[in-house]
Amino acid sequence: MTVIDDVSNVPAPDAALAPLLEVRDLHVEFHTRDGIAKAVNGVNYSVSAGETLAVLGESGSGKSVSAQAVMGILDMPPARIPKGEIFFQGRDMLKMSGEERRKIRGRKIAMIFQDALSSLNPVLSVGYQLGEMYRVHQGLSRKAAKAKSIELMDRVRIPAARERVNDYPHQFSGGMRQRIMIAMALALEPELIIADEPTTALDVTVQAQVMELLAELQREYNMGLILITHDLGVVADVADKIAVMYAGRIVEDAPVHDIYARPAHPYTKGLLQSIPRLDQKGQELYAIKGLPPNLTRIPAGCAFNPRCPMAQDICRTDVPPLHPVGTARGSACHFWKETLGD
Amino acid sequence: MGRYVIRRLLQMVPVFIGTTLLIFVMVYGLGDPVAAMFGDRTPDPATAAQIRHDLHLNDPLIQQYWIYMSGIFHGDFGKASTGQPVSELLKSAYPVTLKLTIVAFVIEAVIGVALGLFAGMRRGRFLDTGVLAITLLVVSIPTFVTGYVLQYLVGVKWGIVKPSVGDGAPFNQLIMPGLVLAGVSLAYVARLTRTSVAENSRADYLRTAVAKGLPRRRVITNHMLRNSLIPVVTFLGTDIGNLMAGALVTERIFNIHGVGYQVYQGIVHNNPPTVVGFVTVLVIVFLVANLLVDLLYAVLDPRIRYA
Amino acid sequence: MPENTDAAILDGVPPTTQDGTALPQDTRDKARSLWTDAWYDLRRNPVFYISSLVILFLVFISIWPGAIAHTDPLQCDLINSQNGPSGGHWFGFDQQGCDVYSRTVHGARNSVEVGLLSTVGVALLGSVLGGLAGYFGGWLDAILSRVSDIFFGIPILLGGVVFLSAFKGGSVSIVSTFIILLGWPQLARIARGAVITAKEQDYVLAAKALGAGHGRLLLRHIAPNALAPVIVWSTIALGTFISLEATLSFLGVGLKPPAVSWGIDISSASEQIRNAPHMLLFPAGALSITVLAFILLGDAVRDALDPKLR
Repeated sequence: MTVIDDVSNVPAPDAALAPLLEVRDLHVEFHTRDGIAKAVNGVNYSVSAGETLAVLGESGSGKSVSAQAVMGILDMPPARIPKGEIFFQGRDMLKMSGEERRKIRGRKIAMIFQDALSSLNPVLSVGYQLGEMYRVHQGLSRKAAKAKSIELMDRVRIPAARERVNDYPHQFSGGMRQRIMIAMALALEPELIIADEPTTALDVTVQAQVMELLAELQREYNMGLILITHDLGVVADVADKIAVMYAGRIVEDAPVHDIYARPAHPYTKGLLQSIPRLDQKGQELYAIKGLPPNLTRIPAGCAFNPRCPMAQDICRTDVPPLHPVGTARGSACHFWKETLGD
Repeated sequence: MGRYVIRRLLQMVPVFIGTTLLIFVMVYGLGDPVAAMFGDRTPDPATAAQIRHDLHLNDPLIQQYWIYMSGIFHGDFGKASTGQPVSELLKSAYPVTLKLTIVAFVIEAVIGVALGLFAGMRRGRFLDTGVLAITLLVVSIPTFVTGYVLQYLVGVKWGIVKPSVGDGAPFNQLIMPGLVLAGVSLAYVARLTRTSVAENSRADYLRTAVAKGLPRRRVITNHMLRNSLIPVVTFLGTDIGNLMAGALVTERIFNIHGVGYQVYQGIVHNNPPTVVGFVTVLVIVFLVANLLVDLLYAVLDPRIRYA
Repeated sequence: MPENTDAAILDGVPPTTQDGTALPQDTRDKARSLWTDAWYDLRRNPVFYISSLVILFLVFISIWPGAIAHTDPLQCDLINSQNGPSGGHWFGFDQQGCDVYSRTVHGARNSVEVGLLSTVGVALLGSVLGGLAGYFGGWLDAILSRVSDIFFGIPILLGGVVFLSAFKGGSVSIVSTFIILLGWPQLARIARGAVITAKEQDYVLAAKALGAGHGRLLLRHIAPNALAPVIVWSTIALGTFISLEATLSFLGVGLKPPAVSWGIDISSASEQIRNAPHMLLFPAGALSITVLAFILLGDAVRDALDPKLR
């Protein structure tokens, strides 16, 4: 076996400590009219303090659903978690009471959502919505909470915070609204932030600013960050490691630079090839053929087999395990060596 | 907000003029009030001419409207066929209908919103299906049918309450008429609340509120309820006018001497000043209620205020 | 489109791809449009069948009341006054000694006629005016909004009493005219909103960019997509208009005797409710079932056309 991760430069988290968050064999399913949709089918990942994990995947890959399971905000029913463990600071959150989990939300784990306009309450001022964090979790008075909110808006560099604290979400621009979402997540200085497509709804120039701000604050507070995205471009600059999801499974899991240099799964490879590149001007852009599977009818064997250019008979019958590729990565492909090789 | 109030007040002026003019035209322009007054008899030409003169019926319609409206602003609504000033009839009838409307409004708001909330928060369950079916039934059965059936069963057959309302219309006697009057609106309120709750409970901002670690009670009251009730409040406000108009039917069933009774008398006895006077006041009440609702709406939903 | 699948699963809607098309599941998914989709849903909905059957039956007896009622509703004998239901006369007799069964059957025609005429009138007037206002905007829209504000200032029942009392003899055409006159602004608002939503859709902008004229844009591109709310509202309105006609007739300003109308019969029966409740029961029941059928049909159509509210 070749050693392939010799180039990896993961900032090694404190080895003495267990990871901040560890998800083990998580399964989530939804009971729908068309049957049981298996959204997450045995996912494992971990994040340590100060580390950024990017979870990458198309719509319906289960990346958002697994994050919502971690956050504890899935609607159950229709959702169900038949199997799995989610350890946060060494305790399995799935075994906690509802009240215990609520106290973790916002205080220890916070979430940033994709569409800030719909994710903020349209009829309450941003100051009220920010201040709510302090009033509920720390019992501050209305006035003290407002002062803290202004401070918070300054932190995420919203101009004229003092004047704008009583404004409503629709009065802010898209970028400013996403800053408010970030401020809200940051309010109680949580240990872990889950950002679900935080920049997808924004203009490209604003995207970079928001991402920078997020990365900077993460370093400052030494928080763990799970960045959920379908955009490979966003990931490269900020993530330490990447988990690529397909049909509810992690198909490849690696330090960020390894993946870009040498993908070990045909799906990852396809994703990378479908990014337009300046040096390939004039050539036809690669596209992965077919569509993601219907989650109520996931194909037997490797879920990716109907779309895979390398599929053999074994792919249609056997589910590939996550083969270790070197020390810090894994690929759920029967032919990971071949994929790496060519 | 100040500019919104002023704009809204200015908008009300043409609507007020248009609406009252429309009613005026319907009564004085479409029919012949003098011929109507005499019914099947042919009036004595001299008397008819005198009445025409007194009621300014020989002037152009728009001028008649002007005379009438300036009279109203001085509290002069003309005279009923009995010779009584319409303003006195108004004074005696309006408090009764107002009471009935208040009873109906409270029933509509409290029961309607409560049913809608329970149904909306337990969508697809037994209670929800039950509320949907019953409200549909209530909407389908015309008010005058439910009115008579309830009056017959509860008032006559079982003798639980008095089948008709006595003088002065005390509140306790108005409960059954109020319920009948509120019926259809109550069903609408329940359905509207249910839809609104259902829509809001899957809204992204509610997920945010949960993710913030707010207690469930706070998520429901401060975020979901507040947002869900905005359209309900709007409906309730505009429905005040409909309730007062609906009193036409309810007051007849339960023999309540309020606005509905007077308007009905005015129609039966062909007395235009009574009809126009009562209806004009109703329209004013309706418009003012709508205005207040719009202002309340702006207070509740900042997106309107800054639009 | 941003990731919508997770939310879609939560809604119980089949997952869709990023561009919003349905994922391939089985053959019926091919080329599903709003209408075929709605039709597919309707065909599986028992409420749709029941309400349609009731309505078809109503239409049938409105056209041929004689097919099931063999006695003349106007041929009455005071000797039978207030007689209860019996073998030959299932519904009994009313105050005037008329056969209640026959009157109930013959009463359907006026109700259905008023309902249909006023709904068609309101739908045409409202959707044309509202559609044009929504499409062209500007002063046309401003004027229309103010005019409909004026009509909204008068509760419809109140307007009905004032307007119809000016006419001596109420007939189907007068009552329908009145309902159209006071009913159109509501539909105009709905049509206006639907057209405004439709005209900002990308495919309409695309058609515009390709040089389609106003007429083509409105008829070919906007109208089919703005139609759904108009149809739903009209179906439900038909039921409420029938109820309104009965209420107006009950108040003595709608249809007048010798016209046969459920409202009139309920009104005269109400005076005798203590002695002969059957006189009220049958016309009131027929009226309620009719209104319910239209409301249920409208509800079923709305559910089919707007699956997100299930």
